[in-house]
Amino acid sequence: MKAAYIHIPFCEHICHYCDFNKVFLKGQPVDAYLDSLAKEMEMTMTMKQTPTNYLETIFIGGGTPTALNESQLEKLCQMIKDHLPYNNKTEFTFEANPGDLSAEKLRILFQAGVNRISFGVQTFNEELLKRIGRVHRAKDVYQSIDLAKNTGFENISIDLMYSLPGQTLADFKETLHTSFSLDIKHYSGYSLIIEPKTIFYNLMQKGKLPSPGEDVEAEMYDTLMEEMDKHGFKQYEISNFSKPGYESQHNLTYWNNEWYYGFGAGAHGYVNGYRMANHGPLKKYMDAIKMEQLPVLEKHQVSRKEQIEEEMFLGLRKTAGVNMMHFQNKYEEDLMDLFKDEIHDLSNRELIVIANDHIQLTKKGRFLGNEVFQSFLR
Amino acid sequence: MNSEERLTRQEKIRNFSIIAHIDHGKSTLADRILEKTNALASREMKAQLLDSMDLERERGITIKLNSVQLKYKAKDGETYIFHLIDTPGHVDFTYEVSRSLAACEGAILVVDAAQGIEAQTLANVYLALDNDLEILPIINKIDLPSADPERVRNEIEEVIGLDASEAVLASAKAGIGIEEILEQVVEKVPAPTGDPDAPLKALIFDSLFDAYRGVVAYIRVVDGTVKAGDKIKMMATGKEFEVVEVGVFSPKAQVQDELTVGDVGFLTASIKNVGDTRVGDTITSAKNGATEALPGYRKLNPMVYCGLYPIDSAKFNDLREALEKLELNDSALQFEPETSQALGFGFRCGFLGLLHMEIIQERIEREFKIDLITTAPSVIYDVILTDGSRLKVDNPSNMPEPQKIDRVEEPYVKATMMAPNDYVGAIMELCQAKRGIFIDMQYMDETRVNITYEIPLSEIVYDFFDQLKSNTKGYASFDYELIGYKPSRLVKMDILLNAEKVDALSFIVHKDFSYERGKIIVDKLKGLIPRQQFEVPIQAAIGQKIVARSTIKSMGKNVLAKCYGGDISRKRKLLEKQKEGKKRMKQVGSVEVPQEAFMAVLKMDDNGPKK
Repeated sequence: MKAAYIHIPFCEHICHYCDFNKVFLKGQPVDAYLDSLAKEMEMTMTMKQTPTNYLETIFIGGGTPTALNESQLEKLCQMIKDHLPYNNKTEFTFEANPGDLSAEKLRILFQAGVNRISFGVQTFNEELLKRIGRVHRAKDVYQSIDLAKNTGFENISIDLMYSLPGQTLADFKETLHTSFSLDIKHYSGYSLIIEPKTIFYNLMQKGKLPSPGEDVEAEMYDTLMEEMDKHGFKQYEISNFSKPGYESQHNLTYWNNEWYYGFGAGAHGYVNGYRMANHGPLKKYMDAIKMEQLPVLEKHQVSRKEQIEEEMFLGLRKTAGVNMMHFQNKYEEDLMDLFKDEIHDLSNRELIVIANDHIQLTKKGRFLGNEVFQSFLR
Repeated sequence: MNSEERLTRQEKIRNFSIIAHIDHGKSTLADRILEKTNALASREMKAQLLDSMDLERERGITIKLNSVQLKYKAKDGETYIFHLIDTPGHVDFTYEVSRSLAACEGAILVVDAAQGIEAQTLANVYLALDNDLEILPIINKIDLPSADPERVRNEIEEVIGLDASEAVLASAKAGIGIEEILEQVVEKVPAPTGDPDAPLKALIFDSLFDAYRGVVAYIRVVDGTVKAGDKIKMMATGKEFEVVEVGVFSPKAQVQDELTVGDVGFLTASIKNVGDTRVGDTITSAKNGATEALPGYRKLNPMVYCGLYPIDSAKFNDLREALEKLELNDSALQFEPETSQALGFGFRCGFLGLLHMEIIQERIEREFKIDLITTAPSVIYDVILTDGSRLKVDNPSNMPEPQKIDRVEEPYVKATMMAPNDYVGAIMELCQAKRGIFIDMQYMDETRVNITYEIPLSEIVYDFFDQLKSNTKGYASFDYELIGYKPSRLVKMDILLNAEKVDALSFIVHKDFSYERGKIIVDKLKGLIPRQQFEVPIQAAIGQKIVARSTIKSMGKNVLAKCYGGDISRKRKLLEKQKEGKKRMKQVGSVEVPQEAFMAVLKMDDNGPKK
């Protein structure tokens, strides 16, 4: 096992597009939740199903992990120290809302070994920030990043979003322009996807969500890739860009189809060949742990067929693509034989290309990734 | 039973149907009558019991007929045998209605106390009068706030000319008036008059196929008796069989020793083919049988044709089997294999009407799990070629080249519409737009009008009924009958996708409407066909001439650029869903076309210009 994801399902504000497992912070049993989380880690790690030397990555996400107060943060860091094996080489990421991290909170994290902060910036346009339900302001971003740098954090990433309601290509270019002034190592650029059970979904159904549309979205994506390239950030995945050596190892775990723990309410893990999903509702999650049970809602043994499919549709998200040698070693089958027709068809359509023993998306393929990924589902 | 017992029993038999416009409460009344005669313990009651197919209950219509034998103890102390014969309520099945009415001596005419007489009410009443039935009008839904029974009573007297002074005021839903209705059935519906000693004459008014028993014929015995072991003959087909069992539905099938004059029940005789028991045919004894068949038999001819193609071409044989199975139960369904350049192998199928077509389609998709592409429905055009020969065309893509055609004739119907007079303008406008010829307009009372037009069937087959409903806020009712062929200035419109002609999208259109329709259809297709990897031009053409054009832009972006955390199963589901959606599309040349696109011509007018 190489990686662990830890979910903090609390938010002080709910964003209009968010469909992750989360609840309003106010009045929630945060401390009790943290106790359950510690217990889940303990139970999982003492089962010793799998030898874990030390974790190469830990990722604390949410929800809003920065919604925790200082003592809660200390508690969280302590349990990770107590139960999860990691060292100073581990990529240890903490997801943060701009403006939420005080110098003291940053210090706690830094001392616990967190070495990467990922800020949910989304956009620098104040209008758009309000429209998508974010409460931070552009200036919070500058302050938070400065503070983090001053604390000693060197590996900083921000998330940006495009195809937001009412967003124009010019807006997005401006946000990108501002972003490049930050002197950070990593960017994620996600397109807005309207999911059920969100405010945006309801608005969309009423016809009140002015989405920029597929063509503008494509232009924004194109701009994103071009600008990143121009500024020396290498695209290593559909939505991720970094300075060389600063690729998110944690996200690569997913794309490389490797195993990881998922701790916390609603968290997903891939452990010993099983994809697992924890109970989402806090009470269910905590009750299971009270009964000394793992809080697992779904457990699915991934068949060989599914493994191979996932190897393809996850691996092809990476710029490097799927390594055919690696595939051969892992599945003892020749990739070119196995997907002969699909590869032929997709190459003809100029969506994939074979280079240096890898199958990769072409630039066109990056725009139409789902067309490619689907082909590998049988 | 001896002859005398049979005659005494015959005196106590009452055979009747319930006729009504759709939604006027026919099925609910049937349920109440079943309850009242204790045909069922109430726990067995499923809402609307006589409609036994799932589809029937969902759509609130009766497709296959049912008959049921009931025992009713009347106020005069005698016990009567009732046979209640259900009738389909839709105009597509007029012939079946007329046959089931032929099995009765009486009919309960249900009229909605709020809505009054509708077009179908009239059509059904005329059918009942044709069959010399005693008609018992009842005014239903009197518990509705908008009920106006006295107005409806007058309407029945004035429009239909029935004596409605004794019409029962009822609410089938609330159980009001049910007993009075049953008493009137005893009093007013005549007992059957046949001769139990005469040669057997039994009318087949419906049939269905049972995997174990073969064809089950629903019959009404008019003369004579029939029992297991009898040798019988179908008078229309001349086929002979030996009766295996006879019985009645009460409402469960119950085998009886014999069926005699007035009985309505079923007969099985190891018959393998529904075509051998045609609705309307007469059953008689193989030896010394009747010389003259009961009147009214006719072979049903489909009015509407369309192509049915499996999306997955490997399912062609499954589709054939499905159609063969459905045909067992539905002698009106016709099909023969055809090939389309765009869609591959499929069948050209003939139906009694649009509803019949939709039902068959839905049953194939639901019961046989075959995803279908249905081409737009077509009527049968009579094409007179320049060399004087005639050609029947039921598939637009088979229409000959214009220069070879002398003229084209198309079927017309007489359409009867009833509505409050506020909507006269809307109805006439619609009928004009549908190339209708005005025939007549009559006031039924101060506020309601009966309008008659002659309209090409092809226009009815498109969305006429939907539009009529929407243009009259649902107030207009509608009925039609075929009246024959008239010449029309018709042309074939071809649709080209990516410069390739798609035969399955061709349709026939009146010359004067062709440019407009061409424009509507290409715009419509643009909305229905998803963006592809490359730009796809859509063109509408008459012969070599392009009359309209539109373009589907190439796909911009389709890739999940979202952070899903480690939730890989969700990503997989999304991809699987997209892939599933593609499976429901047909690859036409290099373009993926969804099912709905092939029906686009059908729903052409809903965003079309209103004149």
